[in-house]
Amino acid sequence: MSISIHRPLPANLSEIKEEMASRAREYGLDFFETNFEFVDYEELSMFAAYTGFPVRYPHWRFGAQYDELMKGYTYGLQKIYEMVINTNPCHAYLLDTNSTGDQKLVIAHVYGHCDFFKNNAWFTPTNRKMLDQMANHAARINRYIDRYGHEAVEEFIDACLSLEDLIDPHLPHVRRRMDQDSAKGSLSPDETSQSDEDAERRSGRFPSKGYMDAFINPPDVLRKQAQDKKREQEQVEANRSFPGHPERDVLLFILEHAPLKQWQHDILSIVRDEAYYFVPQAQTKIMNEGWASYWHSTIMTRYGLTDAEIIDYADHHSGTMAMSPNRLNPYKIGIELYRDIEERWNKGQHGLEWERCDDLREKEHWNTRTEEGRAKIFEVRRIHNDVTFIDEFLTPEFCRKHKLFTFAYNESSDDYEIASREFYKIKTQLLDSLTNHGRPIIRVVDGNYRNRGELYLLHQYQGMPLKQDYARDTLVNLCKLWGRPVHIESLVDDKLSVLSFDGTNHEIRSKPAA
Amino acid sequence: MTRNIDRDLTRFKDIVRGKVRQNLRRYINHSEMIGRKGKNTVSIPVPNIEIPHFRHGPKGSGGVGQGEGDVGQSVGPGGQQQGDGSGQAGSDPGSGHYREVEITLEELADLLAQELQLPRIEPRGKDSLVSVKDRYTTIAQTGPESLRHFRRTYRKALKRSIASNDYTPENPVIVPTRDDCQYRSWKSITMPESNAALIYMMDVSGSMLDEQKEIVRTEAFWIDTWLRRNYDGVEVRYIIHDAVAKEVDEDTFYHTRESGGTRISSAYKVCKEVIQREFPVSDWNIYCFQFSDGDNWGEDNSACLRMLSEDILPHCNLYCYGQVESPYGSGEFIRELRRLVDQNDNLILSDIPSRDAIYESIRKFLGKGK
Repeated sequence: MSISIHRPLPANLSEIKEEMASRAREYGLDFFETNFEFVDYEELSMFAAYTGFPVRYPHWRFGAQYDELMKGYTYGLQKIYEMVINTNPCHAYLLDTNSTGDQKLVIAHVYGHCDFFKNNAWFTPTNRKMLDQMANHAARINRYIDRYGHEAVEEFIDACLSLEDLIDPHLPHVRRRMDQDSAKGSLSPDETSQSDEDAERRSGRFPSKGYMDAFINPPDVLRKQAQDKKREQEQVEANRSFPGHPERDVLLFILEHAPLKQWQHDILSIVRDEAYYFVPQAQTKIMNEGWASYWHSTIMTRYGLTDAEIIDYADHHSGTMAMSPNRLNPYKIGIELYRDIEERWNKGQHGLEWERCDDLREKEHWNTRTEEGRAKIFEVRRIHNDVTFIDEFLTPEFCRKHKLFTFAYNESSDDYEIASREFYKIKTQLLDSLTNHGRPIIRVVDGNYRNRGELYLLHQYQGMPLKQDYARDTLVNLCKLWGRPVHIESLVDDKLSVLSFDGTNHEIRSKPAA
Repeated sequence: MTRNIDRDLTRFKDIVRGKVRQNLRRYINHSEMIGRKGKNTVSIPVPNIEIPHFRHGPKGSGGVGQGEGDVGQSVGPGGQQQGDGSGQAGSDPGSGHYREVEITLEELADLLAQELQLPRIEPRGKDSLVSVKDRYTTIAQTGPESLRHFRRTYRKALKRSIASNDYTPENPVIVPTRDDCQYRSWKSITMPESNAALIYMMDVSGSMLDEQKEIVRTEAFWIDTWLRRNYDGVEVRYIIHDAVAKEVDEDTFYHTRESGGTRISSAYKVCKEVIQREFPVSDWNIYCFQFSDGDNWGEDNSACLRMLSEDILPHCNLYCYGQVESPYGSGEFIRELRRLVDQNDNLILSDIPSRDAIYESIRKFLGKGK
């Protein structure tokens, strides 16, 4: 329905668009065809609230988001200039009140994003027809709402959303489950036959003389016993503890094993699909924004600007790049890292020789005139995500130049304080906060805990305890889905503990050290 | 055409409003959330509806920032930072736990009424009482230049010059004369008026502690809000007393701490004077609210009852006595007052042992629709 508000770009803007597109192509950017829509702020807020997709299933959180965006705009606190989504063709929304100069910047920026969407390796598994997929999800959920009532469906969605980040961000790139299955398949014949013999040897044979053996140990009885025992063992094994290995994709595990009704199952799978769709955007926030900013700045400063627009451009650009002491701006860090990489590869400031050089003066004037910078950043944007990007390209020189520091929470003053300016610490902190989006890594360890069908999760402790009140509420939602008591193991007050919720009561037990 | 987002927005607002409704009890008990700002809008931090996730706590968390500063320098208060503070600017919009929701006092009052099922107050038979208001809705031939109605003046001058053949389209100059001038003018409108006078009395003797005062303050806020919703004009007077009573302003009312004994009749005396002096019964709907821990000087009780039933109760729409529980008060006064309840249906008594009872107490006080 919202598609119908489509308004073509005004003539001057489509000219700008064509120009920007051809400039971008000259630089070697490679993007899907991009459709620009010209929208007012209400519409833009709506798209933004719907994360760019005009048709989403009914849920209050979109309304909340919209409300916030509209209020922020009304009171002059914030403004979104554009929005672009990863589909083929790409869809981008331009705010109709942007000045022409801003529109140029924004269009150049959008092409940067589109190129990134298309070429970055982490985006390759995403569904480029997500526009249709989202609408499809909306239709399905609307159908459930009609059949089962708004309240019931919404409550269930809330519970699912509470767990939406319990997925395996690397799953789209690997085939863990399949590998395991096939591995098991190839191993089994030999192993099972051998273990059969073992079992027979160990089974309840009575000692007997050879001629009496057939009577004392009747072969078919023995065989039957062995079979029973084997079946029993298999059953025990099957019941005892599954999955075999801890699993990151908790949602998949729930989908496969929780007693959900068909519609609930479908909704959970929708939530999971959408969560996976957004994973690469979270994984490449710095790279993606940095890349788009690099290109808008490159194109604008060389071709785009008229004399009259330069001040506005500078103002707008510096606003986007502003850094604050307690928040790292992905635009800024991204664009600076790309520029740094470009410069280093232009001057050949990398590799073994460079690393081994201890002479600061020599390093300062190091220039082999290799001029490989541009090619290098194109390569970087193809293969890296934020974690590997920082891991590979953050240098002590960069941290010094940009005055980076780490800050840490001080419990006694309930305040965040500058903790260090050491390179190693900055890098570690940055990587920590980027790994899994800085969120706790949680796995399913046991779907049949205590042999009572209870779900047992394990929080991989990385120096930060879980937020207790959140954890408790999340357990409640988890229990709603799982239908049996749920547990999560984590460190509470430096003690290994298990938080449990059995449907009515919360419990924390400290877990004895194994 | 309704847009999908409107559906979601309405849904969200319903939930938030619903939240206000469900949690009203909590707000009443934690009035620190409510402040009057601007003309009549309060902005209440209503818990944002936040879907819980497994998240890291603040302990051991941190991030990377940029700028000048030495190790140990503060970069921002705790509680606002998320554990994943770095690198995700803008990717987690709305991570705050509280969201400001603007709600007008009228809406708030209506929510309260809905929640407590309060009936609308019917002002006492004050049909004779009218107020006169001036509305600038008419035109006069004379008036101050500042009120001259330019367009009408021009139109009249134009008509006149055309009629007298002075007007030439080539040179359309219009000069208004004294007679052409038109002025905005007013009409006096009479409107039935309903005013309320609120008189709060509080015992500030040593046995009333801060906790008790907080209860009184919270309850007074809601009573105020509701009565303001129902009356055009509300005047509020505050009286504090220990062994002697005096009329004070609002700030003093809530912050005075006296020691010494308690003589409730002194407050009644002041109350009576205030009513006689400022609020003629024929013009005002009078509401009295008295809060005490119920500890009165023994001999004073009979005087109190007499004054109450003779001088105050006959003039009031409602007389509410709320007794808060304090570790020092004997709480006997409410028993004395019970003797008057049968003859006076405008006397309402309520026990407020704790913050949680404020809710019931308001319902009791205002539930009669008087």
